[in-house]
Formats: sequence, structure tokens, C-alpha cells
Amino acid sequence: MQLIYEKSIPGRRGIKLPTSDVPAASALPQALLRQEAAGLAELSELDLVRHFTNLSRRNFSVDTNFYPLGSCTMKYNAKVLENSAALFAPFHPMTALLPGGEEFCQGTLGMLYDLGQMLSDITGMDEVTTQPLAGAHGEMTGILLIAAYHAAKGNKSKKKYVVVPDSSHGTNPASAAIAGYEIITVPTAPYGDMDLELFKKAMNDEVAAVMMTCPNTLGLFNPHIKEISDIAHSHDALMYYDGANLNAIMGKVKPGDVGFDVVHVNLHKTFGTPHGGGGPGAGPVGVKEVLIPFLPQPRIVMEDDGKLMLENSNPCTIGRTAGFFGNFGVMAKAYAYIIMLGREGLIQVSEQAVLNANYIKERLKPYYDLPYDMTCMHECVFSASRQLKHGVHAIDIAKYLIDRGYHPPTVYFPMIVKDAIMIEPTETESKVTMDEFIEVMIEAAKTAEDNPQALLDAPLTMPISRLDETKAAREQNVCCQW
Amino acid sequence: MSIYFTKDHEWVKIKDGIAAVGISEHAAHELGDITFVELPQIGKTVKQFEVLGSIESVKAASDIFSPVSGKVTKVNEALDAAPEIVNESAEDAGWMAWLELADEAELGNLMNKEQYEEFLKTL
Amino acid sequence: MNDSNYCPHTPQEIQEMLSVIGISSMEELFAPIPSELRAKTFNIPPGLSEFETYDKMKTIAGENSSDMVNFIGGGFYDHVIPAVVDHLSGRAEFYTAYTPYQPECSQGTLQALFEYQTSICRLTGLDVANASLYDGATACAEAAMMALRITGRNRIIVDGCVNPFSRQVLKTYLYNLDVEIIEVPPLDGVLHQEALKLLLNDEVAAVVVQNPNFFGSIEDFSSIVGQIQSVGALVVASVYPISLGLLKTPGEMGIDIAVGDGQCLGNPLSFGGPSFGFIAAKKASIRNMPGRIIGETVDKKGRRGYVLTLQAREQHIKRHKATSNICSNQGLCALRGLIFLSSVGKEGLVEMARLNRDKAEYAKARLAGIAGVSVLQTAPTFNEFTLFLPKPAEAVVGALMKKGIVAGVPLSSYFADSENALVVTVTEKRTKKEIDLLVKELEVALCS
Repeated sequence: MQLIYEKSIPGRRGIKLPTSDVPAASALPQALLRQEAAGLAELSELDLVRHFTNLSRRNFSVDTNFYPLGSCTMKYNAKVLENSAALFAPFHPMTALLPGGEEFCQGTLGMLYDLGQMLSDITGMDEVTTQPLAGAHGEMTGILLIAAYHAAKGNKSKKKYVVVPDSSHGTNPASAAIAGYEIITVPTAPYGDMDLELFKKAMNDEVAAVMMTCPNTLGLFNPHIKEISDIAHSHDALMYYDGANLNAIMGKVKPGDVGFDVVHVNLHKTFGTPHGGGGPGAGPVGVKEVLIPFLPQPRIVMEDDGKLMLENSNPCTIGRTAGFFGNFGVMAKAYAYIIMLGREGLIQVSEQAVLNANYIKERLKPYYDLPYDMTCMHECVFSASRQLKHGVHAIDIAKYLIDRGYHPPTVYFPMIVKDAIMIEPTETESKVTMDEFIEVMIEAAKTAEDNPQALLDAPLTMPISRLDETKAAREQNVCCQW
Repeated sequence: MSIYFTKDHEWVKIKDGIAAVGISEHAAHELGDITFVELPQIGKTVKQFEVLGSIESVKAASDIFSPVSGKVTKVNEALDAAPEIVNESAEDAGWMAWLELADEAELGNLMNKEQYEEFLKTL
Repeated sequence: MNDSNYCPHTPQEIQEMLSVIGISSMEELFAPIPSELRAKTFNIPPGLSEFETYDKMKTIAGENSSDMVNFIGGGFYDHVIPAVVDHLSGRAEFYTAYTPYQPECSQGTLQALFEYQTSICRLTGLDVANASLYDGATACAEAAMMALRITGRNRIIVDGCVNPFSRQVLKTYLYNLDVEIIEVPPLDGVLHQEALKLLLNDEVAAVVVQNPNFFGSIEDFSSIVGQIQSVGALVVASVYPISLGLLKTPGEMGIDIAVGDGQCLGNPLSFGGPSFGFIAAKKASIRNMPGRIIGETVDKKGRRGYVLTLQAREQHIKRHKATSNICSNQGLCALRGLIFLSSVGKEGLVEMARLNRDKAEYAKARLAGIAGVSVLQTAPTFNEFTLFLPKPAEAVVGALMKKGIVAGVPLSSYFADSENALVVTVTEKRTKKEIDLLVKELEVALCS
């Protein structure tokens, strides 16, 4: 498909701007002006609409295809959430930050406050900041809060390390590293969780934090989690909870109850806000009381009369992690999601997410290797090792699924599983959809034996086949030269 | 001219006190199509097994550890424009840097070709 | 009975699935969680219907004052949004997809983001852009971290005219690192170039500036850029995309890294987000860029296509050695930015920038005509300018808010000795009538 710039015709206009009702200002000095107008596209409105409509048809999405992308929780995004967020479009964030401005923003501040309260209940935390703009941003915020805690105790230079299991999301070590910590990686034991004995050996008083995903990226709940927390705390290391897999445990376990001190929540995963082709997400961070003094500012507080106010005068704060109050529009959707599903609904979400993952796991187990064969939580991780004997990799199975109309599961993550295939169906998929998917996965396993070439050639039904990623990386053509 | 290898799959060849360094054919094959080689700065001094540079393919990135201690005197600038040379000729034209060899005794910490080939069989 | 209509199974289906798994109750699925760790309380209120939910959201939105006339900016701006932006970005094929890991079934998102990157390069006059960051403030911090990586140095100089929120976010990002941040105090609402020159040496990784700056002043950094680069430091400039319809680009000034907030490009104010941050740079520094980058390539048959490229920089491969920890970006907001820019178009953006300046100049002249009111800067301004009032600005703003006018941002919260200073923003959406009303009400407030 042509690029929008290739469709551009000089002089075409897509939109008429308001007519000026004021006199023209005197021209700016030449030295301050750009030499020529930016080469933006010039299209009629209809041509523009066709361009983007046709582009959209080149995507798989939750609304068009089953999208069991493990670790990403691609659940259905209820339409009323979109309508709800649109109600808040006109509100300028700066209004609340003006002296006395809170009075004019009680609705939006109140919603953020209530959302914080509900997320605190779900995660077992004492207070939530809504500033972080995505999960990884929440991780960084959480690690900075931990750094501030250690600094306040005079231990800034002593605390040098953050411990992560080798199954962790890449964001965990990356977030800790950009916050100034060195990383200690603990291997996974044969039982599918961080090796407890090796963890004990890795721990010492220089460890600032332990970052865990629970259930972990293999979809398994770590039964030793409380023991791990206790060991960490005995070294004055704080426990960080990566909330990527919270969808499995709502109402069942609260991270705060099992020893975690900081939690980030991916609203775009657990709380049904759309992923937007890569964002926006939102990553509110919940903390236990000991960390409240360090939370980012402004902090939303409720006064005795129920009025919401912004507090900006905390001397211990880590400062500010984003321009304003976080991705408010995303939070409005998550808020609507939580009040709509309610207590029983959220419990049901977790139960059926776990049910669906276990159902797929049991049905596919005869056809694919399951390195950790036990009850999983919201996702299950297979290995394509059996198919490898026929020269078929996880990526080939993924491409075959595309031809059959399925967005592939996550492949090659977690890295500790050879040719991993990580399936997260989510609770919103019906048995019928999953049964059809299972049949296609079985068919893929059989094709790997009978006609491996068919998998290696896939996909054949898309506008393009497999792309030369080496050429892209070597040439780095990231901007249209037209 | 003899060649020595590290367990991290770098090689070194010595001639007249100059050590030429690169990654093994095995490593180049494992990485797949190489897209970028980060070369060290000329004049940089490294110790044995310290990070000398890094190498990237489409879906992997790894550090290059120096097989010997020394000062970098020359780098293979051809790899900037054509990193695929490493895939085509990892143990010859795909060399990455020349170092002034600081301590010949360090070669004792490395494997010779036969030992390296045996080592590969254990992986 | 299902409590959530979003969980589709019938009781029979649940039974069938449980028997395939080989268990008899839902509870057995949670057997791996030790009973002593189970939640003892869960106090979320009972659920609502879709209609009740929407009503409640309407009630909440109704608790904000919605009919305010805004003369505030501070990073977020009240601009027109063409109807096509909502409609096209609202196509579920875009908004219910995720990061385009599988390019064959994600060409829609990938090509759109490639076009977006192109639009950012063309706006800023730089060579390469990524597929978006979180917001303008975090983009500024990411650019500073990029400069630290490239130079291997650990000092950042920040112009005091840079948006205070961006400066605060930068400080927070660097909170636990051994990096020194030095601020250059503003001089008459512009960069104090002489003070900056005294701070330049080979320990400086980057100098961060903004154009137009927080006071609204337009500057040409061309001459100072060379001096900064001559000590081996990089120049990071935060820019306002709408102003780039007219103003000299970061590329033309020789700036190394340009960043900014994309809210003004088709994203609603939405109480502060989501918007997107953009970052553009010279080609040589592409490997040090944070975040997703889309690249062009071909398939086996030579057909053009787009992929996530240079992924070896990123956290999912390089883990703790990655250029950044970013994973999710603000893809949909960047798409809105692209649709906005493509709808307004090449000439339209020039016209829009001019319209903003015309309105602001009209307002500036009228407001400066009020007795006792003067303009802070002698430098030209774009759609924001700073006034000195004969009274503390906070009280004046408070009085006008009660009349439904948000007159501007008092500087007192952000700068010392600035009780009477007020930054006023006028976008193309403000009518002459609204500006005249502001002038009238400000006069009243100053007289009383």
C-alpha cells in the first residue's frame, strides 16, 4: 500500500480552519522562521479517510481476531469504556494546578482518588499514585520510591542491587538499571519458580529490592512467595510486585498480604482498557504505608469534608514522574470497568481467565511439550521443542496461525523456555473460539510432522509474507524519503 | 599463526606482539544475521575478559569480551558499513580489533583450536 | 449465572471445561495458592449495568466545571481536532491491537507509525524519530539520558526557561544516578546565554532548552548550539509542534535531539493524558534512541513492508543493558497525531500556526494596554506570553475563575519573585469575543 506521502497532491486540503477574527500580526524576524513548510501530507478528507481505513484493515485486533498474546492480556475492551473516557475530553489539567483550582476539578480528582482506593483494595496496598504512564514507567517509579526509602535511612550508597528471577519481563532489570541499580539474576528451579536456595545465596544487605511477577511469566503461582518476602525484608530489601499478571488473582490473593511493598498495575491488561496498537497504557503504583512519604507530587488527598485537594509540599517526595496526573483517559476507562464488573465480576474475571488457560493447556498437552506441567494461572507456556525435530520453530507455528486468522501467542518469551509459545486466552473468549483455536494448533502440530515446509512458508494469505528484518536493521530506513 | 578461543566464543591470533580479536564462526552462526558491531575506541585499554565491544543481530545482542589484555590500536571499520562480513568470514575478514598484547602468559587461560572444538561438542 | 457479561461461558460449558482439566470445581484451579495467603477481604462494590456505569461516569464528569474559557497552556493546549481524528483512530482494528510484534498481521499499525515517524522528522528537520514516548516531560528526560549514554559524561545543564514540569520529571528520572543537574536562571524570559557559556566544559553531556519556552518567548539557538557542541555536549530542545508551522526547526538550528508533547496534535486535553511524547535525532544517534522504532524493508517477493527494527536496543532483548525501560508507548495517540497532521496538511499547519500567533498578538496588545500591565519579554512570542500585573497574579486568576475564565498560569508556584507574573495562552480556538471578555474582566479584577 502506498504511503500517505506518496498519495499527496500539492495544494489539496483535508480540513478548513477557523477564519481569523483578529488582525494579522506583524511578521516574525526571518531568523526565527523555518525556511520551508514541513512536508506534511496533502489529501482531501475522503482520500485521508480511505487511507487510514484501508490501513486499519491490515491489522489483526481483538475485535477482529482471537489474540492470545501471552503476558499482554488481550481481553475484550467494552465499548462503554470508550464512551465514558470521552466525557472527560474537555478538561484542562492545568486548571487543577492553579491556586484554588481543585474546586473546579472535583469530579476528575475524585475519580482518581476513588480509583486509587479501589486499586489499593485489589492489591492490598495503602495508597496509589496514578502518575505513571505505563507498566514500565510504574516499575521505574516504584524502584525510585524504594531508592528514596533507602536514602532516607542513610543507606543510599550501601544498597546497590536489585534481584530479579531469570523469567522476569525485560522491563524489570531495565527499570532497575535506569534507576541506578546493578542487577542480580536468579535462575528458575525445575519446579518453575525462582530457585529458593539460589535466591537465599544471592541475598545480602546490599540488595535494595526484589522484583517478582506473581503468577510469574510461566503462568505459575509461587507458593514460596511469603518466605521470599520474609527473607528480603530480613535484609531490609523491599518487595516489588510486577502487576502484569494481576488478571489471574483478583479477589483471590492480594500482593500486599503476601509481603509486597510496591505494586504497579497495568490498567491496559487487567482492567480492560484497549492496548491501542502499543499504547497508551497506564501504570498506577500502589505502596505500603512506609513508602507514602516518597510518593510523586502532586498527591491527591481527601480533606475531612470530603473535598479533594492537591498536596505539593512533601519534602521527601521523589518529585514528579509525568507531566500531569497520568493517563487520565485510560484511568477513566479502568474506573468504569471496575465499577461495572464490581466485586463478583472481578473475581469471575480471574476465575475464568485461569479456567480458560488451563483448558487450553490440557487440550494441547498431547501435541506440544509442556516444560512445567502443573496447574497454571491465566496463561500457559509450551515449547515447540517437539516440532523443532522437523525443523519447525515457534515462529513458524506463529506464522501458520496468522494464515488461519489467529493472532499468534507470544513466542520466544520467557527466554528460559526453548522456542516458547505463551498462550493467554483471557476470560472474555468463549469455549467455541478456544475449541476452534485448539483444533488449528493441533493441525499445526500435525503439519509440522507431515509437511513442515507448509509452516516454513507461512503466512501466504496476508498482503505481505515474512519480512527481511536484517535488511531493516542494517539500512535503518525509518523515515520516508519521498 | 595460532588461534586461541574463549568460552564466550571470541578468538585471538597473535603476530609480532599484536593480537587480532574477533568472534568464532560458531558464535556468528548462533547469532544469525549480524546487523551491527560496536567497535572499541582506538587507544582504549582493556583487561582480559573485560567487555571490548558488542554485537547485534535482529533478535539478540551480546557483549564481546576481550580474550587478552591490551591497548586497542586498530579497529575493523569495514564492519560499520558491512557487519555481514562477520557472518561471511568470522575468523578472518570479520576481525574486530587489534590490541597491543600486554601479557603473553594470558594465552594460557584460553583454548586452542582442538580444545575449543571439543568444548563446542559439550554445549 | 455470570456476574459479568464479559465472561461468556454457560454453567454447562464451565462443567465441560473443568472435566477436561480433570477437576470438579473452580476452586481447585487456585489450589497452587497456599490457603494462608488467600485474600481475607475484598471490598469492591457490587457491579453495575453498562447504563448505570455510564450514568455514574456522567455524574463524575459533571462535577468538573465544563464551561471555562481557557487561556492556559503549560504543555497542554486547547486546539481544534478534526472529526476524522476520532473516527479513524476509533477504528477497533487500530485501538484493540497491541504492539506490532507480528508484522504480517500488523501492517496497518506499522505503516501508520512509519508515516508518523516521517511526520515528526519533517516537522523537526531531523533525520530519525521513534514511534513515540509517554509524554513531553518524559521525552525530555529520555533525551537527557540518551545524551548521558552517548557522551559518557554525567552533567546536564537545563535552561530555567524549560517547562518546570519537564525539569521536575528530569530530576526525578535522575534521582538515584550520579548525575549533576545545573539550571541556568532565565534572563528576561529567555535563555541567559552568557551564564550558560560560563558553564560549558568537557564534563557537560547535554544542554536542554525549549522553544517557545515556558514564558512564551521564541528564540533562535543557532549560534549557541555550535558553542555547546564544541565542548562535546549535545543540545536537546523541547519544541511545540504547532509552532513548527512557522518557526525555525531544531534541524535548522543544528540541535541534536528534539522532543516535545504531541497532545496539541489531535489529542484531547482529557485532564492531562493520554498524549504522546516525540523524540527525533540525527541519524548517527539512532542506536542510542529509546523505545520502538519502525523500519522499512521487503518481504521474500520484494514487496515493501514495515517492521519493528533495532530491537536489540530494547529491554525485551537487552534487559538491564537496554537504552530505556520503555515497552508500551502511546501508539494510538501518535496515530492521532499523524491523522491530525495529515488532515491539517502542509499549508494548513502554517496557517494554524499563524492563526495562533495572530490571536495571541491581538490579546497581548489589548492586555498590555490595561493600566499597570506590562509584558515580561522583549523577545517575540508565539501563542503564549508573560504579563506583569500590578497585583499578585494568583488572586486575579482566582477571581476570574469564578467568572468562568481561566486567565492564565501564575508563575509564583514555579519561579521565585514572580508573584505578579502571569503566562497567558491564546490558541486558534479563542475568539475575539472571548479575548475581549478576558481583557474586560481582567481590568475589573485589577481595579477592584
